[in-house]
Amino acid sequence: MRLRSGVFASSCLLMEALGVALFLRGFFPVPIRSLSRREVRGDPPAEPAPSGPGMVSNWTKIPPPLFKKVVIVLIDALRDDFVFGSKGKQFMPYTAQAVEKGTSYSFIAEAKPPTVTMPRIKALMTGSIPGFIDVIMNLNSPALLDDNLIWQAKTSGKRIIFYGDDTWVKLFPKYFVEYDGTTSFFVSDFTEVDNNVTRHLDRVLKREDWDLLILHYLGLDHIGHMTGPNSPLVGPKLNEMDNILKKIHTSLISKEEASLPNLLVVCGDHGMSETGSHGGSSEGEVRTPLLFISSAFEKRSASTLAVCLGLPIPRNSVGKLIWPVVGGKTMREQLRFVHLNGFQLSRLLQENTPVYEKESDPGYEHFKIAEKSHGNWIKLYLEGNNSEILLNFGKKILKQYLEALKTLSSSLSKQVAQYDVYSMLVGAVIIMEVLLLLLLSIPKALSSRAEFEVPLSPPLFSLLFYLICLVLCAVHVIVCTSAESLCYFCSLSWLTAVGVIMLISVLMCGILSTIARVFENSRLPLKNPVVSSSNWSEIDLLIVTGTLVHVLSLGASSFIEEEHQTWYFLINTLCLVLCQELCRNNFLLKEWDPQHSTAVKRNFDRIGEVSECKNIDMLGTRNSKLGKTTSSAEFIKDSDKWISLASPWIILICCRLLRSLNQTGVQWAHRPDFGHWLTSSEHKSELSFLAAVSLLMVFFLVQRRCSLVSKIAMALGLLGVYSYRAAIGNVIFPWQHDSQDISKNLKNVCNYKEKCAGIIQHICTSVQLYKTIMTKYIWRPLNCDATQITIMHYWFGQAFFYFQGNSNGLATVDVTAGFVGLESYLEIPAVFLTAFATYAGPLLWAIHLLCYLSSEDSRNSVAVSHGSFCYALMRSIPVAIYIVLVTGLRYHLFIWSVFSPKLLYEGVHVFITTAICLFFTAMDQNHSHKVQD
Amino acid sequence: MKEAEIRRLLAANLLCVFTVILTVVVPPFFWDGFTVLGTHLAWLCVCSVCVSTLNIILHLVLKPNLSPKRISFAHKISRFLKCCVYFFMSCILFHAIIVLYGAPLIESVTETFLFAVLLSTFTTLQCLCMLGPNLQAWIRVFSKNGATSIWESSLQITTICSIFGAWFGAFPIPLDWDQPWQVWPISCSLGATFGYVAGLIIAPLWIHWNRKQLTYKSR
Repeated sequence: MRLRSGVFASSCLLMEALGVALFLRGFFPVPIRSLSRREVRGDPPAEPAPSGPGMVSNWTKIPPPLFKKVVIVLIDALRDDFVFGSKGKQFMPYTAQAVEKGTSYSFIAEAKPPTVTMPRIKALMTGSIPGFIDVIMNLNSPALLDDNLIWQAKTSGKRIIFYGDDTWVKLFPKYFVEYDGTTSFFVSDFTEVDNNVTRHLDRVLKREDWDLLILHYLGLDHIGHMTGPNSPLVGPKLNEMDNILKKIHTSLISKEEASLPNLLVVCGDHGMSETGSHGGSSEGEVRTPLLFISSAFEKRSASTLAVCLGLPIPRNSVGKLIWPVVGGKTMREQLRFVHLNGFQLSRLLQENTPVYEKESDPGYEHFKIAEKSHGNWIKLYLEGNNSEILLNFGKKILKQYLEALKTLSSSLSKQVAQYDVYSMLVGAVIIMEVLLLLLLSIPKALSSRAEFEVPLSPPLFSLLFYLICLVLCAVHVIVCTSAESLCYFCSLSWLTAVGVIMLISVLMCGILSTIARVFENSRLPLKNPVVSSSNWSEIDLLIVTGTLVHVLSLGASSFIEEEHQTWYFLINTLCLVLCQELCRNNFLLKEWDPQHSTAVKRNFDRIGEVSECKNIDMLGTRNSKLGKTTSSAEFIKDSDKWISLASPWIILICCRLLRSLNQTGVQWAHRPDFGHWLTSSEHKSELSFLAAVSLLMVFFLVQRRCSLVSKIAMALGLLGVYSYRAAIGNVIFPWQHDSQDISKNLKNVCNYKEKCAGIIQHICTSVQLYKTIMTKYIWRPLNCDATQITIMHYWFGQAFFYFQGNSNGLATVDVTAGFVGLESYLEIPAVFLTAFATYAGPLLWAIHLLCYLSSEDSRNSVAVSHGSFCYALMRSIPVAIYIVLVTGLRYHLFIWSVFSPKLLYEGVHVFITTAICLFFTAMDQNHSHKVQD
Repeated sequence: MKEAEIRRLLAANLLCVFTVILTVVVPPFFWDGFTVLGTHLAWLCVCSVCVSTLNIILHLVLKPNLSPKRISFAHKISRFLKCCVYFFMSCILFHAIIVLYGAPLIESVTETFLFAVLLSTFTTLQCLCMLGPNLQAWIRVFSKNGATSIWESSLQITTICSIFGAWFGAFPIPLDWDQPWQVWPISCSLGATFGYVAGLIIAPLWIHWNRKQLTYKSR
């Protein structure tokens, strides 16, 4: 079957996307779950039976609750220094006083990454460690089906009231007696979102018909997202929170009866980084305060909350009791609590480990020993022994229990990092095969015909194909029947699995036959002289070494954190090399006028050699190209020459400016950057000016080639973009009368302009368009071939990805872009818009590449094909290598904080590149059809 | 003739290498607490001054490009002044390029500038000595197959090697090893120096190796 190389590349990318999806599914572990959730919950275990006969403890019930009413105030993005640091003293006097006075227990809780709201809520309520996969589902929250605190509370007849983030309402539908959800999608709303929670407070606090009140305040998180932790808005917000806490606490105290005290729990679900976002694992994001305030005494954990409420501990909780909270009870009660906790943990561990390891786990052994001595203790207790001995013995058992709990908890945490190796392997095999196929087909696909003979029919009927298929199927059956842990690939229906296996074997056979053909070709005619690398131009050399260096750098965690530096470095070098090339072309051709023709010839020879070494037989285009070179050399005007000489420098300066626009990465992220300077409230006028100028620039640069109608449409669109920003409050509106009305109108407008606004996420993006046009001055004079240009575009696209302020951490994904122009949360448009805003840089460059290549079409009819092939190749090399690296490093210390987010980025990038390539191919097909017609 | 010239080149280059080593070894005897890493700026100054004086002396002694014409004294002076201006401009240019590569614009200006001076010493100064303030000649030498003598080939190799050394020297900066030599601009200047030394050693060997292929056209 004969395929154009563009079609071939996009089909390869489609297969690769499949492989990546499989790999991702296998790599991100499905969080530990107790097998069948709550149906099979047995009765709570009885106190360990005393060893002596005839003595049965009759305490099988759950211990009675410690507190009567519990109010949980969850303040989104509450960082530990907001309460315990200087800010706490200044803005939260009441809370700080409670901490100092000793009527509370305060902790710093360490949230496990990903520090995103929904997984954190899940973690708080179930006590399990959030899976990484939860991030993707952060926006869309289906009802939580695992055993959790809310469910436990509900089934034991507690009445729960909830006000706040409506994620809770989606996670726990029908659990609340009363609720009012606020949406977190209007990120620029700092006050309404909290007032909607607080307005119920007075009424509820007066009533008596509830046991658990949960309040989730979002305002602080919104302020953090928009302006960062050091903004002047944070102080008043903290003050507001403090007043609310004071109100709740005083009302709780006033209502306290003799029987049981009330409890106020204050916690944050995650912190915020220095830039105000969250999701990663930096210090600020992970550390959150946790306060238990109650008049009864003086880790955020589901177990503790459960004990406080007198509920069974959720089954999937991997946490331990926070000891001081339950201290001060009688020894029997204390032992009872830890026994329950230990029993739950050991059951969870047993359900998740293979049979043979069950008894050998040190935590489990500890627990058994402690349980035994607990039994003895009960015996002594029931016999009415001396209290002194009893106390000491009890303390010893307690210690044993706590130790056992610790080991159990840690071995459970380790369990979470279980990989589905089989699915990973299948995905990796597909990706590697696609890469090999792409690499092997380079010579054919980049030839002048840009066609590739896909050896499809011989392998399909060969014996080898069936053999491989059979063997793989057998392996599949064996693996799936013997696997004890969950395996995604096994859980697929057998038809899909067989399809994937067939795909693998087809690819395998394809590779083998391609290799065979390459060997045949090289043996038969040795016409092509061996091309040595000395014939490569500097640009080729740079492109090859740059790609290699970048790919290899992915093995080091700090290079991943600072990947933007690699790209900035590479594009700078690229610009300098281009500059050198331009200098040589301009000066050498001019000065050696007598030897002009020879110089041109040499130049042309070089081009020829380059193309030969890539097996590009440009026989047809050779002469025309030569003619063009000479003529262009002769007629280059001085001004043009100087512009083309200066353009690399202008680009370099632009790059430097853009680089300081957004500091990303980890090591230098705290440096002040231009972007924050602009978005800070004092510099609103500068920002507005800049935005207006860049929008005007976009208009004037683009309008040249537009018809009148599209001109007007574009002008309106750009105006809409500006006024949308003004309505949101980012820039100043020059005419500021009753903005409420305008903004309402604008919201409608924005529905249509959402895409526009998505593109112009930052002003930087609009500067991009301006720069994209600038670059045109460079490619024209240098007669690069399509391959080089594609790769340069790819590099620039990558660099712009980071110029935009993105990084390889999840914290920098700007989720707000997903809700531009949406009335409520719609999953698909939101995901698309977010992806679009994040990958705006690479996308814009890809589109520019397409424009450029199709304008080149007259000269080189296969340019687009070459382009899309190169694009596919450039994407699959790093992905394939990175997947191998990640598999090798899967027990690395930084796997969750550094390597996995990068893997997600790479995966999404593959999907996007696939879309781009399909688009390219469609354009190309369309074009060639037109030409044929 | 050729063999003798290669030997002279080797001697001159080894002398340069020796000077670079001396700048590391000697100053601690006179100056307490001098280390390459600790007092890096001082080392940068010492190294560039020593290498440039040696280069000028070598140029005066060896005279690789003999020009038959007698040049007037005034012309010589103007040539010298032109060379100084060129050197200064190259320092500025290097500084600008380094800043474009991402060095901080305002902080640590001295470090960046001294690094630029070191780079210019390794590259521009040699060119000035060898070719004079003649941009055409520079472009000729640094284009493909443009060298017309052993000395110019050596110049090509050392220049490219020092620049590549500086380029590679930037690689370890983002790593989180917290080593003292990862501080700006130490790794880059060390890289440039290593590149320069390597270039000095490689150049005569490479020329010796390829002496059959190297046929220099006279101008």
